[in-house]
This record gives sequence, C-alpha cells and structure tokens, in this order.
Amino acid sequence: MSNSNGVRSILMVGVGGQGIIRASDILSAVLMKSGFDVKKSEVHGMAQRGGCVSSHVRYGKKVYSPLTRKGDVDVMLSFEKLETLRYLDYMRSSGVIIINEEEIYPPSVNLGEAPYPHNIEEIIRKYFNDIHFLNATKLALKEGDRRIANTIMLGALSPYLDIELDTWEDVFRTDFPPNVAEKNFSVFKMVRNQFSENKNLIMQ
Amino acid sequence: MKVFMSGNEAIARGAYECGVTFASGYPGTPSTEVIEEFSKYDGVYAEWSPNEKVAMEVGIGAALAGARALVVMKHVGVNVAADPLFTVSYTGTNGGLVIMTADDPSMHSSQNEQDNRNYARFAKIPMLEPSDSQEAKDYIGLAFDISEAFDTPVFLRTTTRVSHSKSIVKLGEPAPREDRTEIRYNPDKYVMVPAKARARRVEVEKRMIRLKEYAETFSENRIEMNDPDTGIITAGMTYNYAKDIYPDYSYLKLGMVYPLPAELIKEFASKVKKLFVIEELDPFLEEQIRSLGIEVTGKIIFPYTNEFDPGIIEAAMAGSSSESRQFSLPPIPARPPNLCPGCPHRGLFYVLGKFDCFVTGDIGCYTLSFMKPLEGLDSCVCMGASIGMAHGMSKALKEKGKGRVVAVIGDSTFIHSGITSLLNLAYNKSHAVVIICDNRTTAMTGMQEHPATGYTLQGDIAAQLDLVELGKTLGIRNVHVVDPFDMKTTRKIIKEELSTEGPSLIISQGPCVLLKKERKRKKKPLMIDTEKCTGCKLCLGLGCPPIAWKRFEDMKDITIPKKRKNQEGIAVIDTALCNGCNLCLQLCKAGAIMEVSGNE
Repeated sequence: MSNSNGVRSILMVGVGGQGIIRASDILSAVLMKSGFDVKKSEVHGMAQRGGCVSSHVRYGKKVYSPLTRKGDVDVMLSFEKLETLRYLDYMRSSGVIIINEEEIYPPSVNLGEAPYPHNIEEIIRKYFNDIHFLNATKLALKEGDRRIANTIMLGALSPYLDIELDTWEDVFRTDFPPNVAEKNFSVFKMVRNQFSENKNLIMQ
Repeated sequence: MKVFMSGNEAIARGAYECGVTFASGYPGTPSTEVIEEFSKYDGVYAEWSPNEKVAMEVGIGAALAGARALVVMKHVGVNVAADPLFTVSYTGTNGGLVIMTADDPSMHSSQNEQDNRNYARFAKIPMLEPSDSQEAKDYIGLAFDISEAFDTPVFLRTTTRVSHSKSIVKLGEPAPREDRTEIRYNPDKYVMVPAKARARRVEVEKRMIRLKEYAETFSENRIEMNDPDTGIITAGMTYNYAKDIYPDYSYLKLGMVYPLPAELIKEFASKVKKLFVIEELDPFLEEQIRSLGIEVTGKIIFPYTNEFDPGIIEAAMAGSSSESRQFSLPPIPARPPNLCPGCPHRGLFYVLGKFDCFVTGDIGCYTLSFMKPLEGLDSCVCMGASIGMAHGMSKALKEKGKGRVVAVIGDSTFIHSGITSLLNLAYNKSHAVVIICDNRTTAMTGMQEHPATGYTLQGDIAAQLDLVELGKTLGIRNVHVVDPFDMKTTRKIIKEELSTEGPSLIISQGPCVLLKKERKRKKKPLMIDTEKCTGCKLCLGLGCPPIAWKRFEDMKDITIPKKRKNQEGIAVIDTALCNGCNLCLQLCKAGAIMEVSGNE
C-alpha cells in the first residue's frame, strides 16, 4: 500500500459510549512508543449522548494533519455495523475493514420510522475485498465485561500493524490498573492470535 | 519527556511551565479542558466563574495585582466578556493577561460559527494561533511574554481541531514561582473616565505600531521556502492540512494572526509566482493582505463555512469537487445525540411537549429535546436567552400569550445569565412561566461545579445558592419545586401555573445520571412483558435509547400473541442500557412494564 507521504491512517468509528476514544488513545500510545510521529483526532458532537463517533489515528515519520482525507484510510475499525457505511468514502480501495457485528439502533429505527439496513455485509463486499467480521460485544460479555469490547477490537487490528507484542503489553500495563491490565491483555492476545492467521501486514 | 497531549492539555501545561498561577473561565466546548487540567497543577489557583464576563473581570483584577492570569472561554463566551475586554485593551496590565478563545468551525457543539480573529482587530489586541499541541504549549508562554513586554492583553486563539486533537509534546521544566503581586495605584492607567481613556486611547495606537514592528521578527512568523511556483500563507490547523497535501510548496506560516507582518508578507509574495491564502471562516488574513496591494487567491476558491480538512483544500486548489469514490448505499438513518437513559430532563420535556405552549429554550443537554419524539422546546439562541425571550413574547402577545409561553433553562445556564432576566420578569410583570431544569451540574460540558452545587472547581466546599430563595428575593411570588420523574405532579403544577396571573418559577429537580453519585446508585432496570404489551407505542414517545420497536414480521422465530386487531409489533427494553427511571412504567396502560427480577 502506498501513501504519498508515507503516513498511515486508521479510522475508528462507532457510537458514543463504545470506548472508541479510549481505544484510539491506547493505539496512539502504542504507535508513539514504537517511534512514530502520531496525531489523533475525534469528530463527534456530544459523544456521551449516543451520537456517532469517529477517531482518526495517523502515524508515520512526520504527520501534519490529524484528519484523513476521504479515500486515504488504510484500516477502518468499525465498532458498529451501520456506522461502517457512513464512513465508506474514507477508505482507500485496497483498505482493510474490521467490523464488530453489534447493531445499535439509531432513534429513528427505535421509533419504527426507518429500517436498519439488513444487507450491510453484502453492500460492503461489493466494494471491498479485505473485510473481516467479529462479534466483539458478544465475546466481551462472554469474558464477563462489556467494556472489554474495545480491547477485543484492538486485538483484531493488531496483526495488521507491525508492532511488537511487548509494546502493546507495556501500554496496557501503564494505562490500566494491574488486575484490569491483566484481563485486557490476555483477551487482547487471544484475539490477536486468532486474527494473525492469513493476514498481510499493512505496515512493513 | 515526550507526552501525547490534546491542544487544551498542552495549553494548561504551557501555562503551568511559564509561571501562570491564576486562571478563570466558564465551561464551553471546545475550551473546557484547559481550566480543568490547569487546576490540577501544584500551587495554582483556578476557578469556574459564573460566566465569561465575570471570568474576564476576575482575570483583569488578578493581572492588575501582578499575577500572570489566564482567562479561558469558547468563542461565543467572548461575546459575553466583550464589555471588559474592549477597555482592558486601554488599561493594559501589570502581570501578563492572556485570553484564550476556542473557536468552533463546523459548529460541532455551538450555535454559531463566528471567527474570533475579528475580535483581535476590533479590540486592538494581538492574537497568536497555534497549529498543534506543541505550538499550543509554546505559544502560551510567548503570549505572556508579549503581554508583559507591550503592556497589553493577548489573545490565544484555537479551533476545535487544535484544542481537541492530540499530538506529541516535549515537556519543559516549570519556571520558578515568584510572587510579583502587590497593590499598585495608577489612576491614569486604571480609571477609564473619558479624560483618562482619551489618553490611553492614543497609547493603544502607539502600542499597535510597536506590535506591528515586533510581528516582522517574531520567530513564529516564518517563511519555509521550497518550490517558488506556489506560495501559501496560512495559520493554525489549516497549515497542517495544506502541508499534508502539498509538502513541496512554499509557506509563510503565521504564528501571530494579528497584527500582521506587512514587510514579511511582501517579501514572501515577491519570492513566489502564485500566492494562496488558506484560512477557515472569514477572509481575515486575505483582506488585510490585499490591502497591502498584494494579489492573492483565497475565498474565491476556498469555502467560507465549516472546518477544512486536507481533502477540502485539495479539491479547492484543483478546482473540482473531491474525487472520492461513489458508492450506492441504502439510506443511512441519522444518529443524533440523545438525552441519556434515566435523564431527568426527559420526563419534564415529555410533559411540556403535550402543552399547547411556545417553549423558549436555552443552551444545555435539554436543548436536544427539540427533536422527535419529545418536541418539547421551540427556540435556542444563546446562554440565558430563554427567560428574556419568553418575557418579550408574552408581553407582545398580550392576552393571546397568557398561559402559552414557557421558558426553560438549566441550572448552570440560569446562573450564567438568567438571573437578571428573571428579575426583569418580576419587575416588568410578565405572565411567562420559567422552569429551571436543575440537574445539579453543568452537564453538557462534562460535569463542572457551579455556585449551586456547593463545591468549587478545586474541590473546596462553597456557599450553595438556593434557587427557591433567590426566585422569591427577585420578586417571583409563585415558586414551586417538582420532581420530573413524577410526570403526573409535574404536569399538574405546570398547568396550574400557566393559568395563574403573573410570573411563576418552577424548579425541576433531578440529578444528572452521569454524576458520580448517580452512577454508583444501584439501578433497577425495567423490562417489557411481551405477553402483555399491546404495541400502543406510548412508551416510544419518550425517545429513551433502550426502548425499541420490534415488528412481528421481523421476529420470525418467536410467536407473540396479538392483543389488538391491528397490532403490528411490540416495544422492547434493552435492560443493559436501562437506568430504571420508571417514566415508561408511568405511561404504560397495559401494565406490561416491570422491574427485571433480581436473579436475572
């Protein structure tokens, strides 16, 4: 994959309250620790109140803009199925899309005034080859804590970044209290291993 | 040491490093975190003032006493603070005085998109504009140096993208604290009666000439010569967007956006063939550069509205709309922000939405209730506007307005700028009903203390304003307190007050669900008995996030008995999201809503 300035862009999207900002902070810390210049920016109105959230993380030798232009995102980490569609035009055609299968209904769907599109996977497959689904929310509930879903998403992303497992571990251990760090890192490793098979690294 | 910081965190850090010991402000996105972060450093004083005008006056006082004072607000906050602002430009300061204004292009969380660079020219105050977190930290120190060297207040302007994006910052050592405060008398400088102000007015113009000279050699106004075919003059975040797309062009990057370095601009213009000015919002730089007789391309190709990004700049420069891929997608339902599950505003606005009234609204979470399905609010202009507007509307409508005009305002907003308007209601005999949505915090900006919470920013116990007593003292005879989670009583009291002569004050008291204390409270979530739900959709009228509509045809695996002939589905509650506020239970006529039993 190429980018004119050698800068990579990761876009995390979803709904306020899903832990996207926390996840993008962890990712940024990992990238910074690996020696990259990093910039990060969220686009949200009042995120805590159920609106859309998107977080741009950009890294490379020297990063200027914290926002990615449309068509330039290398990996999209989508925390909610429908939100994937909202940001498709940010993806480069060869980009990777990782999607959490959770569906969170917008107010108009809850009120029965608009349908929640049911063929999201089919639509995305028309335009992109490298797409992957997982149910991070279900897996997190199975692990006993809904809040761990964002760590699971990072685990699915990590095989696409050439970053040492130790660096991830360091960041988990500095960013969380000890027992929470342990749990998060072990779940992270498990998902990372699952996703490591048959994946091409995007960052050499 | 290198740290990953937002622009706002970096400004707080920079202020601490350069010896600032005093900060005041009023919360407002995207500026809020500066005061919050600064207040955590050792040996500093920081306060939430009731509004930006007070914060500005507090800062002026501290600076006159010799302290380095930082005053922080969002762009529209400067409108509130404009009165003292224009005159402190005349008086100058003792200790440095820096005013941070955080502008919000694209109005991510604001009611307008004003470009506060215009205030710099209007009030004759120099303005610096950083482009990332490192510059944000560095510029705050430079701003204080300029303030003290030129005896002037200085603006530091950010935009949402600078304040809220994060980048790598190199931390420095904090300067040693020295107490330079003392009482200094100087009536020629500080008593702005006409005779004295006329003399200071002349000093302001002299200062502007000296500042213009300083701008020519100011280290943060810098030329980056590269390809001489294309030159770009820019400042702030747009510099980064342009560099992202065009790293090989030549740049004049302005760290000081007012006053401008005329000679430096002429020099840069003479070195490049084609010159562009890239700036969000107003053609502030462009018009001043044109007035130097320099031909530039600016707003003829770049938009006036909304924040930029690299794609917008690229499309404008290329003279075509962005060539992003086209996808054929189904309609994507919007996802507007909503009141939280368990929010105390929901019950009040459900009730208000059913009255045939015009509800003048204000700035706060409750503004969200204008949307479907609550539709409980009909206007929103600025902080504090609701009460004055309701009074004006009620007076103009005369008999037609009786019992049909209600003002709603949050507790923090009421303290910010609603108190004088409420006094006016009593004084000028209004018939409007005022409702204070008292959720015990400044919720929209993230839970800040205010004079009615009983605590200060830095955690001290404070005098607690009593809203009921205040209302009575201002001359309002009918004052009531209601619990918005009890919709029946709330409806009854509003109805009574609408039919009563004279102004009324209703305080709707329910704590914000995001308050720490409320988060810890044990929740008793509700569920819907699918056997009993008649699909009447009454509960959906609350617009509560956990309540959703499920159509029978989408539930192929489950069979649920129809209770009515035309029933099309049932309502369901996502118990994981439910806060157990019981509003839906009060509405349900079928008795289908109940507490989730303990073992589930």
